[in-house]
Amino acid sequence: MSTTTIGVLALQGAFIEHEKSLQVCGAETRQIRLPEQLKGLDGLVIPGGESTTMGKLLMAYELLQPIKEMAKEGIPIFGTCAGMIMLAKEIVNSNQTSLSLMDIVVERNAFGRQVESFEADISVSEFGEEPYNAVFIRAPYIVSASPGVKIMASYDEKIILARQNNFLTAAFHPELTEDLRLHKYFLEMVTSYK
Amino acid sequence: MAEKGTWTVKKGLAEMLKGGVIMDVTTPEQAKIAEEAGACAVMALERVPADIRAAGGVARMADPTVIQRIMEVSTIPVMAKARIGHFVEAQVLESLGADYIDESEVLTPADEEYHIDKHQFKVPFVCGARNLGEALRRIGEGAAMIRTKGEPGTGNVVEAVRHMRKVMGEIRYVQNLPKEELMTAAKEMQAPYELLVKVAELGRLPVVNFAAGGIATPADAALMMQLGCDGIFVGSGIFKSKDPVSRAKAIVSATTHYNDSKILAEISRELGEAMPGVEIQNIAPEQRMQDRGW
Repeated sequence: MSTTTIGVLALQGAFIEHEKSLQVCGAETRQIRLPEQLKGLDGLVIPGGESTTMGKLLMAYELLQPIKEMAKEGIPIFGTCAGMIMLAKEIVNSNQTSLSLMDIVVERNAFGRQVESFEADISVSEFGEEPYNAVFIRAPYIVSASPGVKIMASYDEKIILARQNNFLTAAFHPELTEDLRLHKYFLEMVTSYK
Repeated sequence: MAEKGTWTVKKGLAEMLKGGVIMDVTTPEQAKIAEEAGACAVMALERVPADIRAAGGVARMADPTVIQRIMEVSTIPVMAKARIGHFVEAQVLESLGADYIDESEVLTPADEEYHIDKHQFKVPFVCGARNLGEALRRIGEGAAMIRTKGEPGTGNVVEAVRHMRKVMGEIRYVQNLPKEELMTAAKEMQAPYELLVKVAELGRLPVVNFAAGGIATPADAALMMQLGCDGIFVGSGIFKSKDPVSRAKAIVSATTHYNDSKILAEISRELGEAMPGVEIQNIAPEQRMQDRGW
């Protein structure tokens, strides 16, 4: 069986942590800073970081269109925190650059500033009984989602984990904890696409 | 139950800033320019280090109005500086809702023996360091992020390079020590033993480590990244230059594409004059900010 290669957008943010988690799950990873590095990927992760910074650099280095084309082909994409903002079609009170791929409305820093950042146990239906420790850092959440979007977890009645076709998104940071269930779930999406 | 202000959450915000540039700003207008250029955070100040140096006298925490006005216009994290040991300034900054506190040698120290007990706060702290021992003492006190000090407000990268090489060199040294030698190394470096053991295991600092103090050009930023830091602080380097907008954008690009000399050449073109630089030996020893901190 051929190896799975996952690109991790490395413009800014916690990309190394995602690479480590994916590698522990058996995938190969590649840092993505320029369009030519996207060739031959089986999946793409958009990490946490500052979404405005990522948006500017996506535009400046012409990554926006090639990633949208990958998405159209059905290649799985996983966005966490800032990555959720990059995937959303609508961002509350903002016209910043995004990939506009998921039918969700997202609010930035929706839980508040850093002093409000928190960790909490959440339950994810796909993962059964065992709670998932989620780390929220100046996190966004999904204000509303179209019927085609599958809501996988909520916290305090706010949507924080969702999937729409080949797109998976979390408001929190699976790359900052040892629990690999979300990375494994994403890699299963990649395997069934392949 | 939600738990706020945990170590994971404090350290986590710094993880999200990695590969980015944190810019000093003194007005809401500058904060907008920084965010527009792609800064991953701003440091809200009353004066940039070059002006603090020029003004002399006692430098203190900024007026809360300055910080709040910058917070109002920014969607990226806003940091602010407290004097070394001045835990009440830190309490004030926390209550304002600053996202990170820099316990900074750029301001005049309020305590010449002790730093702030940073574990007592929900807001995370970043502190300066010139070597591994100093970095680990600050982490021991609760700093969730480190920056090497350099010499602020000089536009001269030489001290930033010295401090980054020192920290990285000492990490490599510690990594190669047999376990029985670590206690003596901790004693010699004046570093907490448990943290030194952790460094030996990880081969890096247990928290994010940025470079600061004298970075003025895209090439300076890329140099620091290639030396092994996680991201860049630019103080006076942007708004003391001729063309802050172009320079800010170029330094952001250089921090992402630090290993790509073709891109570095492209973005270094036509940026106008950099900030005026200062030779370190022309600074009187008592004016050197890097020696503040214990």
